[in-house]
Amino acid sequence: MLEISNLTKIYPGNVLALDRVSFSVQPGEFLAVIGLSGSGKSTLLRCINRLVEPSSGQVTWNGVDITQASAEELLRIRRKIGMVFQHFNLVSRSKVITNVLAGRLGYVNPALSLAHRFPKTDIQMALRQLGRVGIANQAFKRADELSGGQQQRVGVARAMMQEPEMVLADEPVASLDPVLAHSIMQHLESINRDDGVMVICSLHFLDLVHRYAHRAIALNEGRLMFDGSPKDIDDAKFKEIYGQEAERVG
Amino acid sequence: MKIRPVLRSVAIGVAVIVVVLIYAYAFTVTDVNFETTRSEQRLTNLTRILRALAHPDILEYAQEEQIVESPIYLPCPQQAIPQLRPVAGGPFLIVSPACGDARQIIEVEGVGLWPESKGPVNFIPPSGASLTIGLFETDSDGGFKIRAQLPNRQPLTDPQTLRAIARRNVGGPHLSPMADVTIDKILETVFLALLATTIGTILAVPISFVAARNLMEKVRNPLTSVSLSLVGWPLGIWLGASAAGSIGRLLDAASASMAVTVGGAMLSPLAMWGAVAWALPRGGTRPTSWRVRLVRGLVYVLIIGFFILFLTFLANLGLSFGKWLIEPLGKLGFLGNFVYQLGDSLRMITPVLAGLVGGAALGGLGGRMGQQASDRLDPRLVRGLNIVTAASSGVVLFALIGGVLDWFYQFQDPVKTLWVPAAAGAAVGVFLAVRAQPKATLPIGSSAYYITRTILNAIRSVEPLIMVIVFVVWVGIGPFAGALALGLHTVAALAKLFSEQVESILPGPLEAIQATGANRLQTIAFAVVPQVIPPYISFLMYRWDINVRMSTIIGFAGGGGIGFLLQQNIGILNYRAASTQMLAIAIVVATMDYLSSTLRQRFV
Repeated sequence: MLEISNLTKIYPGNVLALDRVSFSVQPGEFLAVIGLSGSGKSTLLRCINRLVEPSSGQVTWNGVDITQASAEELLRIRRKIGMVFQHFNLVSRSKVITNVLAGRLGYVNPALSLAHRFPKTDIQMALRQLGRVGIANQAFKRADELSGGQQQRVGVARAMMQEPEMVLADEPVASLDPVLAHSIMQHLESINRDDGVMVICSLHFLDLVHRYAHRAIALNEGRLMFDGSPKDIDDAKFKEIYGQEAERVG
Repeated sequence: MKIRPVLRSVAIGVAVIVVVLIYAYAFTVTDVNFETTRSEQRLTNLTRILRALAHPDILEYAQEEQIVESPIYLPCPQQAIPQLRPVAGGPFLIVSPACGDARQIIEVEGVGLWPESKGPVNFIPPSGASLTIGLFETDSDGGFKIRAQLPNRQPLTDPQTLRAIARRNVGGPHLSPMADVTIDKILETVFLALLATTIGTILAVPISFVAARNLMEKVRNPLTSVSLSLVGWPLGIWLGASAAGSIGRLLDAASASMAVTVGGAMLSPLAMWGAVAWALPRGGTRPTSWRVRLVRGLVYVLIIGFFILFLTFLANLGLSFGKWLIEPLGKLGFLGNFVYQLGDSLRMITPVLAGLVGGAALGGLGGRMGQQASDRLDPRLVRGLNIVTAASSGVVLFALIGGVLDWFYQFQDPVKTLWVPAAAGAAVGVFLAVRAQPKATLPIGSSAYYITRTILNAIRSVEPLIMVIVFVVWVGIGPFAGALALGLHTVAALAKLFSEQVESILPGPLEAIQATGANRLQTIAFAVVPQVIPPYISFLMYRWDINVRMSTIIGFAGGGGIGFLLQQNIGILNYRAASTQMLAIAIVVATMDYLSSTLRQRFV
C-alpha cells in the first residue's frame, strides 16, 4: 500500500510543480497518471523514489515514510521500485545485457559490480527477462544499435531485474508508435497481472488509459483534479483536466 | 535630428584617433625599427643564418686527405731562397712570392692535386699551430690558384710552412654524429611526452569526477558527518602512512630471501580478496546487527593491512627481480631497470596510497557514523554532538593549516602556529554548530568541487616551462624533471577537460541507474564511465600531441629532451646543427599529429 499525502514540490525559482497532492495506491493496482505536459506527472513519479527531493508531504510505502529515509535506507527502498522512462535512459554505449544487469546493482556485491562482475544467477536472470520481452537474441549488441521499441523493452527488462514491488513508468510509450506502444503496455500489464506488481504509469492517450489502467488520477498545474475509474472521465471532466480548448482525440 | 549624424561622425573620428594612438604606442613599446632590417651587416648575418638553417647537418661522407707543403719565409731572408723542384707527376705548391712581410698578399698555386677536391691552405709556424689563410677548390686537372694574406707574426729567419690539404669524399653518405645525437634526443623527447601523458591521465581520471559539478552538487552531508570525517581523514592518513612505513621496515629485514617475497606478493592479494568478498555487505533486507558491523570493521582494518603488505611485497619483488634481470638480459637490460624503477616508485608511493586508503577508511567511517547519528538521534542531542565534533574538526583543520604555514615560513613558534589556530578552529566550529540547524546538510560536494577546481586552475596557470625549474632542483637536470613537470601540468589540464565532459553527459542514464538503488560509485561506473570513454580518449590523444610539442622545448629550462641540444647549438651559433634538431621536431610533431588523428578516428 502506497499512501501519498500533501506532497508538495517547489523547484528553485518558486515554481510550484506539485501542490498538496494526496492519494493512495493498493498493492497490485495499475494506476494511470494523466495530465498535460508540465502538469507535474514526472515530478510526482520522481518524488516517490526521491530522484526529485519533495519539498514537503509524505510518501508512505508499506508503513515506511520514504521522504524521511536516510541515504542508506533510500538505496534499499529504491531497489524495490523499478522505473521505466520516456526516453528509455539506456546507457547507449554499453551492451544490452549490461544495461539489464544494471537493474541488479542494488543487490550485488558493490566492489565486484564496479569491475562489472555479476553472479551467474543474475546473468541467467537477465537473459530470462530479455526473453520475456522477446529480445533475447539482441543481448550482446550495443544498446544504441536497437530500435526505439526494442530499447524500451530493455528498459522494462532492467526494471524487472530489480524484482520490484512497484514499477514507476514515466510516459513509457510517448516516444513510440501506436503498435509498439501497445506491445510495451502489454508487458507492463503482464508485470502487473502475473507478478502482482503495483504499476504507476503516466500516460498521454486516454484510450491507453481505458484499456490498461484500473484507476486514474489527473493532475493540472500540480493539483490533483481527478481520482477514480477511467470510465468516469466524461467530457466535462476531460475539459477540467485538459483545459476548455482541449478536444478529445483517439 | 541633425545633431545625430554630427555626433556620430565625431564619435567615429575620436575612435579613429584612439586606434591610431594605441598602435603608435604599440610601435614604441615593441621597438619597431625598420632601419635595422635594412642594414647591410644584419642582412649578411641573416643570409648566413638562413643558409645554415637550409643545410641541416644530417649526412656526411668519409674523407681522405692529400697534403702538399711549401716553405715560406717571413720576412724575406738576406740570401736567395732555394728553389724547390717539383716532383714529376706528384702534387706541388708554387708560392709567389715565396717570402713576404706580415699581412702581405701572396699567390698560392697548386698543381697535380686530386681533381674536384677542396680544402684549406694553412700557415704553420714552427710551433705547429695551424692557421687557415685561404680555401681552395681544384679544377678537373687538379690545379688551383688563390690569393691569401700572410698572418701578422713575429719575424723568423727559419722557413715556415704553407700546407694545402685537399679533401675528397670516399664511399656513400652516412649520418653525421650530430644527426645520431639528434635521433637519440628526439626519441628521448617522445618517450618523455609519453610518460608525462601517462602519469597525467592516471591521476586526472579520478580527479575529473570530483571536479564535475553535476556529480558533486547533490552531495550534501550533515554537519556531524562532515566534521567527523574531517577528523577521520588526517588521522587515517597518518595511521596508514605510518603503518606502511613500519611494514616496509619490517619486510626490508625479512625480504632477503626471494621465496618469501614471491610468496608474499602472491598470497597477500588472495588473502585481501577473500577478506573483501567475506566482509562486503551482501544486501540482505534486514539491517545488520552491531556485532556483525564490529567484526566487519575489524576485517576492514585487516584488509588495509593486507593491501599495504601486498604493495610492499610487490615493490620488493620489483626491486630485487629487476636488479637480478639487468645482467642476464644483456642489451635488453633496460627491461630490468624498468622493473627495478617500477618497484622503486611503488615503494615510494606505498605510504601515500596507504595514507589515502587509511584516510578514506577513517574519514568514511566518521562520515557514516555522523550521518547515522544525525539521522537517528534527537535534534538537541545532535546539536550537542555537533558542538563537540565541529570544534574538534576545526582544531584539526586549523592546526594542519598552521603546520603548513609553519613549514613554508618557519615561524618556529608553537603558540602562533599551533595553539592560536587550534583555538580559532574550535571557536569557528562551535560557532557553526550553534548557529546551524542541527540536522541541516552542508554542501560538502560543492565545496570539494570548488576547492578542486581552484587548485587545478592554479596549477594549470603555471607553464610547464616554469614548473620544470622546481623539478630540476629536486631531481636534477634531465628528462625525468621534464616528464614530472609536464605530467603535473597534464594532470591539471586533463582533469579540467575530462570534468567538462562529465558535466556534459546525458542525465537520463544517470537517473535510471540511480533509480535502481545503485550507490554513488556504482552510478559512476555504470552511467558516467561508459559515456565519457570516447571523449576521454579523444582528449588524451590531443594532450599527447601537445606534450610532444611541449617536450621539445622543455629542455630549454633543463628538462631534458631535444630542447637542451637545440638550445646549446643555438648558443654556440651552430645553426646547421640547430637546423637538424628543428627538422627532427617538425617531423615528430607532424607524425604525432597524423597518428593521433588516425587513432581518434578509429576509437571515437
